[in-house]
Order: sequence, then C-alpha cells, then structure tokens
Amino acid sequence: MFTSLFYGLRQQGVNVSLIEWLTLMEALQRGLASSSLISFYFLARSLLIKSESQYDAYDRAFLEIFKDIETPPEIIAEALKWLEHSAPAKLMDQADKRPDLNWDLEELKRKLAERLAQQTEEHHGGGNWVGTGGTSPFGHSGYNPAGVRIGGDSLNRSAVKVAAERQYRDFRTDETLTTRQFEMALRKLRLLSTSVDGERDILDLDATVDATGRNAGMLELVWARERKNKIKLILLMDSGGSMNAYQRLCSQLFNAANKSTHFHDLQFYFFHNCWYETIYNDPYCSDRNSTATYDFLRQYSSDYRLIIVGDASMAASEILMPFGALSWWATNEEPGQKWMQRLASHFEHSVWLNPIPEKYWGLVEGSYTINLVREVFPMFELTIDGLNAAVKKLKVKK
Amino acid sequence: MENNTSYLGSEKYIASDELISSVNVAAALNRPLLIKGEPGTGKTMLALSVAENLKMQLIIWNIKSTTKAQDGLYVYDTVQRLYDSQFGEGNVRDIKQYIKLGKLGDAFTSDKRIVLLIDEIDKADIEFPNDLLWELDQMNFYIPETGETVSAKQRPIVVITSNAEKELPDAFLRRCVFHYIAFPDQEMMKQIINVHYPNLENDLVRAAVNAFYNIRNLPGLQKKPSTSELLDWVQALTIGGIDPHVIEREMPMPGVLLKKDNDMEIWKRKFGSGAADAKAAAKKNISGYWRS
Repeated sequence: MFTSLFYGLRQQGVNVSLIEWLTLMEALQRGLASSSLISFYFLARSLLIKSESQYDAYDRAFLEIFKDIETPPEIIAEALKWLEHSAPAKLMDQADKRPDLNWDLEELKRKLAERLAQQTEEHHGGGNWVGTGGTSPFGHSGYNPAGVRIGGDSLNRSAVKVAAERQYRDFRTDETLTTRQFEMALRKLRLLSTSVDGERDILDLDATVDATGRNAGMLELVWARERKNKIKLILLMDSGGSMNAYQRLCSQLFNAANKSTHFHDLQFYFFHNCWYETIYNDPYCSDRNSTATYDFLRQYSSDYRLIIVGDASMAASEILMPFGALSWWATNEEPGQKWMQRLASHFEHSVWLNPIPEKYWGLVEGSYTINLVREVFPMFELTIDGLNAAVKKLKVKK
Repeated sequence: MENNTSYLGSEKYIASDELISSVNVAAALNRPLLIKGEPGTGKTMLALSVAENLKMQLIIWNIKSTTKAQDGLYVYDTVQRLYDSQFGEGNVRDIKQYIKLGKLGDAFTSDKRIVLLIDEIDKADIEFPNDLLWELDQMNFYIPETGETVSAKQRPIVVITSNAEKELPDAFLRRCVFHYIAFPDQEMMKQIINVHYPNLENDLVRAAVNAFYNIRNLPGLQKKPSTSELLDWVQALTIGGIDPHVIEREMPMPGVLLKKDNDMEIWKRKFGSGAADAKAAAKKNISGYWRS
C-alpha cells in the first residue's frame, strides 16, 4: 500500500527504513489515519520523518504522489454545521458489519449532492438524510457499509494543500544536522587519565575484598578515582581566501569539536595560509584580536594535541621567504617554514587536516606547498576516514 | 481508540491538531514520542499536559551531561550491603533490597499506565540514546545481580524532548514517533497568552505580540526570545501599567526579551533611541561566523 510514497521519499533522499514503513502499516491497520488524507499526511510524517530538515523533502514527495487527489471542502461546509450537534455514536457488532461491495462512487456522489440539495435542516439517527448516528450513507458516528463520512473526528483540511504550503522549506540547510559522524570520530580521541587526580568516588570492589580480608574480616572500603579523558586539544584553522570553498566542511568540524564535551580543554585559533609571529583568536584574522605565537607556545604545554586545518595551498614564498607573508603589513623576519617547525617541535602530537581530497594533492595548484607542509606535519584529508586516521595518529607519539 | 485513552489537549496548553495526533499515534503504537523544537515552545509542558489530560501519573527523568543509561534502570547499593553484612543488619542474602530502581524502572513497575518524560535527552553523552534502545523498544531490562527481568506491566507513554544540541543516532530515531514543534504563529501566540493571562486587554496582547514578532524577525539575533519570555514580558508590561499604544513604538523593558549584549545592540540600531556603540557592534561572534 502506498509503496510509491516509500520510494518517492527515498528518491528525495530521505532514508526511510523498513522498520518505519512497517510501523506505518501497523498504524494504518489500526485505523489511526481515520481514513482521511490529512490525518494520513501527519501520521506518515510523524512515523517516517525524524528530522525537521526533512519535512520539506516529505512535502515534495507527498505532493508528487497525491497531487491529483483533492478533497473538496466546500461541499461539506454546510453539512458540517448540521453534524455539529451529534447523536451518540452508533456502535455495531462485528457480525453486523457486512461490507457492501456493490457501491458505486458516482452513484454515491450523485445521491449526496441530491440529499444536500433537498435537505434543509439537521437530522440525527435516521437512515436517509445527512446526519449523525443512524445508518444513512452520509454523516458521521453512524454506520453504513458504503458511507461517506462527513466531519466528525477527521479534519476538513486538504492534505495536498498542507503539503503544498511547504512550511518547512527553511529547515533544509540546517548545518547542525550533519556533524554526528565528525563527533563520533573526535570521540575516539581520548586518553584516559591515570588514576592520580580527581575525586575518589568509585568503589574498588577487588581492593575492598582484599583489604577486608587482610583486616581479619572487618570491612574496609577502598575507593578509586574514575578515569577521565585528559586530552587537551587545539584546533588551528586556516580562514579566508582559498579556504572559502571549504567553509561548510570546516564549520562542520568546528561545530562537532565545539559540541564535544569529553575534552579536558579545547581551544580554537586561526591563521591565514601560514602563520608567523602572530596567530589569530577569531576567523577574521585581524591584529586587534590576536596572540603572539611565542605567547601561544608558552601558554599551551607540549601535551596539547594540535590539529591544523588548511588547504596548504599558497605561494611558495609564503613558506620559504623571509617577509614572504601574504599580508602587506606583515614583517616576518623568518620564513613560514621556520614557524611551522617551531610548532611541530613544541607539540608532541600534531596533524594537518586538508579539505582537499588526498588523490588531488599532487595535482592541484598548491601541490608544491602541500608537499612542503607534509615535510613538517603528517597530513590527512578532511573526511571521516581521514579524521579517524588523524585521531589515531594523535594518540601515539611521533 | 476509546475516547478516554486519547489525548485531546488541555486547558492550560494549546496544542496543534498535528501534535495531538502525534501523541495519540505514539500512545497507540507504544512507541516513544520524540519532541524537538526551539527552546520555549513547550516541549516539556506537553508531557505535563498529556499526564493531566489522561489523568495519569507523570514520572520525569531529567537528563544531565553526566547521566548514564544505567541510572534510569537501577542502582545496586553495594556499599550499604557490605556495611549491613559487617554489622549483621538486615537480610544481606536478599540482594533485592539493595537494588534501587531508577526512573525507567519505576515507570515499568507501575501498576497503572503512566507518562514518562525523558527531558532533554541530547544533554547526555552521545551514546546515551543507543544504550536505551533495547529498554525502550522491548520495555524490559535484566538485573544480573538478582537474575530478574523487570518488564513493563503497562507500557508507559514515553515522551522524549530534545533541543537538537546533539544529533541522535539513526537506530534510535527509527523507533520513535517524531514531531517538530514549530514556533507558534501570531494567532496561536495570542491564544497562548490568553490561556495564561485570561483577563488582559485585547489591545495590549495584540501590541505585545506584534512587537515580539518584530524583534524575533530581526536578522542576526543570537538568542531569539521565546514564548516564556513573551509571557514574562506581557506580565511585566501589565504590572508596569504601560499604555498599549506605546508598546509597539517604544518597546519598553527590552531586557526581558533580549538576553545578550549583541542582540541588544541589534535591537538598538533598529528600534532604539540611543546611537549604537560602533565598537561593541564590531565585536563579532566567532561561532556565528562559522555557522553562517
């Protein structure tokens, strides 16, 4: 049933799983959609779609499949009024509910139109007019094997119209929804503390049994410290210029790192192409908000892990020549290479993440400088696999 | 569905038809209902309202960054047991009395059907939802210490809220009924204010709501004001006896709505009388830049 919706959704990039689809079938079987398209629209959405960023894809898939099905609300507007004052629902025994398979939609429509034309007031509990209770084919809370339900629990909004409104268009580009894989990769970056610092609040059962035994059976509790992650991390990111093309990717990494709660300390710094006497505290790279690189080295001990993110593509002079910095005002007496080596030798663990895929490193414009950087830092591509490899590298000493 | 088991919304809580139907679907299918939405859209209030409307008991499990899945199931009080064995108190052989059920355990052992609210599940560790998959799916868990399996006598209605701080794992999402509470539109907002403060003048409500949406629609706000802040503001306006006609023009007491320096600057530049402090405005926000 409705399998075209299933495949339509998958075509729109929503990975609906079989579990979810079967849940929807179960819900339909239990009549939770109350036989109306609008209820079905919301029911299917709540079961199949698990993120507001996919609501729009759902709307599009739904429109595609149900666009020709219109439920005209105007015929029933008046009839609904009559039905507001309803008679108690007519309950039927299962045995009495014989489905009438001999009905004809055209016939039914014609009859409804006729009834509506003739009927001028409310009717409840009868067998002919539009009303509640009763066995007339038209109305609600009643029973007719081939009836048209008007009003009652089901809603009178057209599902196709709701889908066409596409209220959730704006949610499609939500950045925060794609960072989970990065987060998972960063999680692997942990080094549990040796049990020397922190509160002693975990009962060490083995040691307790031991101590109690030695204490001639008098209970002696031994407490241990919980092991915590003591990784301290610095993220040094290239900002602006040729990096603009990768901003989305980098911001995902930034967000993922920012959300990680398991680091002992996490710092962000920025540079443009290469760093010299100063590095910057924000991605705007202005001198007003910067830190002298020597101070930076003094501030962070060598056990900080350093992740540098950049495309390493620049003019060779920026790395090799004194006063070679891109910025007109820079006065670097030492070439960038020197500064790179200075950081690399200070931090025991450092990696360079490059948003350019590894297979292009030898082919792109910056291939010369990429090679220069690779002499100093181990370089990995900024993908899930690359990040995993980099994290592995960060855990062992060079 | 019988009438008395389906949620209809409650007096103090304005719920959209979609939301009501999501609650009923989740209850009928015995699946957890995952509620997402901006802060202040009444995610937590929903569970209170469901419990009230269905006349069920509500158990709240507040998730913190240190919460572990195990905490919700049970805690085995080893220390107490060891002490008791030392001093010969209590029946030490009976491990059961040292097992203390957590919130989820309480919910399972309840004789009546209850509502269980797992509040702000995204606050916890990233693996937390995965650790609860089995328990929420099968509604039972095993206690190795006593060899017992605790299964739900009545499957509770589980409402889970998330602020989308962290992404939830797919396997977990597949088992949930999902609903995103969109921020209420102006009409709905007026209704919400009416529910909370029924005796306000229409003029005041209309002016306050208009002003509120003007502020919310300012581009670049770091923290958009939410429903609860509007309600506070309306109360502040009433207590201050402010004339409804000046509200939209002057926006008194903006501090109730805007909580960040940056946002206040943006507001001042747009509506305020004082000239913007250019220096402070130039101080931009790093994460804002990267998220843009």
